[in-house]
Amino acid sequence: MKKIILILLLLNLNNHVYSIEPDIFVQSTVNRASQILSKNISKEQKIDELKNIAKETVDIKGVGYYSLGSTRKALNEDQKKQYLFLFENYFLKSFSSRLSEYTNPEIDVRNKEVLNKNYTIVNSILVATENRPEVKIDWRIYTKNPNNPLIRDLIIEGLSLARTQKEEFASILNSNDGDINALFKTLEEFSKK
Amino acid sequence: MFKKLAIIIISVFLFAFNANAGSDNELTINKDQPKKIKDCFEKLNRATFAFNQSLDKTVIKPIAKGYRKLPDPVQKATSNAVNNLSNLITIPNNVLQGDIKLAFINTGRLVVNTTIGILGTIDVANKMGFPKYIKEDYGQTLGTWGVGPGCYLVLPVLGPSNLRDTAGSFVNVMGGDPWYNASVHGNNEFLSEQIYITSKALSGISFRSNNIESLDNFEKNSIDFYASVKSLYTQDRENKIKNNQRGNIEVLYKNEEDWEEIDSQ
Repeated sequence: MKKIILILLLLNLNNHVYSIEPDIFVQSTVNRASQILSKNISKEQKIDELKNIAKETVDIKGVGYYSLGSTRKALNEDQKKQYLFLFENYFLKSFSSRLSEYTNPEIDVRNKEVLNKNYTIVNSILVATENRPEVKIDWRIYTKNPNNPLIRDLIIEGLSLARTQKEEFASILNSNDGDINALFKTLEEFSKK
Repeated sequence: MFKKLAIIIISVFLFAFNANAGSDNELTINKDQPKKIKDCFEKLNRATFAFNQSLDKTVIKPIAKGYRKLPDPVQKATSNAVNNLSNLITIPNNVLQGDIKLAFINTGRLVVNTTIGILGTIDVANKMGFPKYIKEDYGQTLGTWGVGPGCYLVLPVLGPSNLRDTAGSFVNVMGGDPWYNASVHGNNEFLSEQIYITSKALSGISFRSNNIESLDNFEKNSIDFYASVKSLYTQDRENKIKNNQRGNIEVLYKNEEDWEEIDSQ
């Protein structure tokens, strides 16, 4: 019995040691991105390094399924695989290209709000510069595995990037009678641009 | 001129395209759950959107870039002045939304900025510690009363809107905007229709000049820019109607069903 209690205690301790607080996770991620953006390297190199950070910190698969909406339920396994492959390429290109336009952004994490066991919203501020006012950025962090929190959405001044993406995908599907191949083609073309 | 333009736009959309038939009664009282906007006129909207984009590239954006070259104090004064004028629409809407306290605060802001702030060019009220200014309009008031957005519309030159917000803008020229009334119907030697139009144009140019890079970036990284703008407009209006910008995280992130279904771990 003592052994069992000891094991349970150790497991619990282990859990606490590796559990990462969502606000610390966000601050550390933006610090890493900021370092890359302020480096004296080419834009292409910056994009490559930002892609690596995104692969580690964003739940690309989750965002991909969310962006597809209810259509994901109608896909077979092969289509799902193909979609996730195309989506990852599209997402990484779009995400890193958006970020690479900023030079030395300063983001301060201010607060966090636990929505439920799966999600925490982290509030942050993109500090104002001479050319741009302060921007409020919220991060939807997926915390199902507390040891490995992942970003699922960025909400900039109340505007969700994931929702915008989802509505963009829905528009493409609607314009093509729900044909998933049309979306595949659009994602592929974007990635090749 | 604006009155005529608004009448023409509304008539075209309501009658030629039979908006009520296409909107599935969405323009009805529905306070707690604003429904997703339907794109009843998508073909026409996309054509208008393409026209607006051409106009933006050839006329508006170059003007916005030129505006940016003006000295900072001039830009700031212009932005302050047009913001100050917008109080004239915000105050009646504060009252219509039952926010009497805010109506008094904004009236104080208007008086202070128009007098001590030299016709609104200096935001003295902000320096005096007035709460952050939040614009309100008749479209938002209709939204808070429970009127749904109706079909999505792209208006020539003016950009994204919907039936409810277009109707709200129509109220401005029907007597709801004291600045319009004084300029166009005021019969005084200081104000005129041209001054009203100039103030509205400056407001648009100021907004555009503040968003040149962000809109370029967004367009470059969109796979359907029309759909992106529609989504952003819809989200922004939803937030404004729910007054999310006053900081209420529970309201903003209440709708969790879509996310809860996604399990990737």
